[in-house]
Amino acid sequence: MTAVRLEGVRKSFGVNEVLRGIDLAVDDHEVVCLIGASGSGKSTLLRCVNLLEPLDAGRILLGSEEITRRGVDVNAVRRRIGIVFQAYNLFPHMNVLRNVTLAPRDVLGLSRAEAEARARELLARFGLESRRDEYPDRLSGGQQQRVAIVRALAMQPELMLLDEVTSALDPELVAEVLSVIRELAEGGMTMLIATHEMSFARDIAKRVCFLDAGLILEEGAPEQIFTRPREPRTQQFLERIIAAGRL
Amino acid sequence: MAREGDRRPDPEVARRSRLLEGLRLEGEGARGVAIALLSSLVFAVVIVVAVTQSAGWPEVRRTFFDWGDISSSFPDIARAFVLNVKIFLVCEVFILVLALVVAVLRSLPGPVFFPLRALAVIYADLARGVPTILVIALLGFGAPALQLTGVPSSRVFWAGVGLILIYSGYVAEVYRAGIESVHPSQEAAARSLGLSRFQALRRVILPQAIRRVIPPLLNDFIGLQKDTALVGTLGVIEAFNQSQIDSNATFTYGAYLAAAVLFVAITIPLARLTDWLIARDRRRRQAAGGFA
Repeated sequence: MTAVRLEGVRKSFGVNEVLRGIDLAVDDHEVVCLIGASGSGKSTLLRCVNLLEPLDAGRILLGSEEITRRGVDVNAVRRRIGIVFQAYNLFPHMNVLRNVTLAPRDVLGLSRAEAEARARELLARFGLESRRDEYPDRLSGGQQQRVAIVRALAMQPELMLLDEVTSALDPELVAEVLSVIRELAEGGMTMLIATHEMSFARDIAKRVCFLDAGLILEEGAPEQIFTRPREPRTQQFLERIIAAGRL
Repeated sequence: MAREGDRRPDPEVARRSRLLEGLRLEGEGARGVAIALLSSLVFAVVIVVAVTQSAGWPEVRRTFFDWGDISSSFPDIARAFVLNVKIFLVCEVFILVLALVVAVLRSLPGPVFFPLRALAVIYADLARGVPTILVIALLGFGAPALQLTGVPSSRVFWAGVGLILIYSGYVAEVYRAGIESVHPSQEAAARSLGLSRFQALRRVILPQAIRRVIPPLLNDFIGLQKDTALVGTLGVIEAFNQSQIDSNATFTYGAYLAAAVLFVAITIPLARLTDWLIARDRRRRQAAGGFA
């Protein structure tokens, strides 16, 4: 079954065409990584899937439902899709537990006890139980990002979008966040991941898509993309990554 | 990542500097305090000598600083001042609500809401453009003549309406500045969890925005407290009008001084509270490593 399907998705900001016709399908329980240089359109693609950006052309289906049609209930769609941002975007005026229980209570209508039980379980699973009364500015970047992941998971989404979730972290904090994502993948979570962590993408992805100038230039199994890229642009990109010591 | 705990200063030092912050004496120690005291004393002596040596001083002292006049009019004025405080407190509640509505209307996105945004802009421009005393006169003298059913026709009521309308214009701008200071990524995060625009506003944007604008809000409170004296121009007996009556009876101005003391007794603590909150806010931002 297809979890999400993008067909001919186009998006411009002013004269700058960021997505120039994206076709992509992610199956249930599949992990797909998007790689490519900054500005290639990875983040915009994820924001389009979550309806944070309206499309200029094309359509997106979540399961069998077209979510880009007119009159769709965007809040109902977003309930089914979790997104985690590069800059965490935790709510600074709420402690960890409140960050995680806000949407389950206000959007799903869970009682406080139900929402907190769900939050406690998730926080415990990711080693954050002792942090539940802290405010975000008292947490390390890695802890904040793990809380952001838990906040998204508390809505029990059918699809998770991860937008360069380790790019703002100090190098020594990257591993703790990646291990959380790895655990999600092992648990069968469907994920679309934009990342600069090539070895992680190689390790976790079932499929890797190389984005270049708003198009998926090449896609395939990680082994093929990273060792035998067909496109010269992909080769170039990977050579630069290797030169930078990131693969 | 800067951790707040690592750079928290010695609490005793922090407490002292907090007390002195408003007077800009922090970190200068006992020597600084001594110099400040001495220079203040010299300054005061110079002023006092200059004023008391002036040609008109005996006359001014008689008309303004007659202790008998001040103390005898004080009880009357204090009683009238209760009305100022009442107007202040009641108006403030309505201002905080009305201004928030205006600010939220003004920050609605998209072309659909253009008429509401335009109205909010026009309102804020008018409210801040027309002199307060004019609005109070217009409403206080004009509106009761309408004899609207179910609406009080007292001048105090309509003067209060005038103050609410004027001050909501200012306070709405303060709220708006706060709303705009919350990074758009906060709304994106809230909406991405499925919260509606209204839920995001109520739970995520406004709590952060209002926290940031409490000091400027208090500033406007101070202005409102002073402007309650304008209600006196309608013939209502509040502190200013009462002091005018007393002054006319004695042909001295001590009564005005008594009224001024009453106003200052409320506005100065408010001003110090505002300073303290601003300083606390600044410390918090610094403690958060510039992230906030």
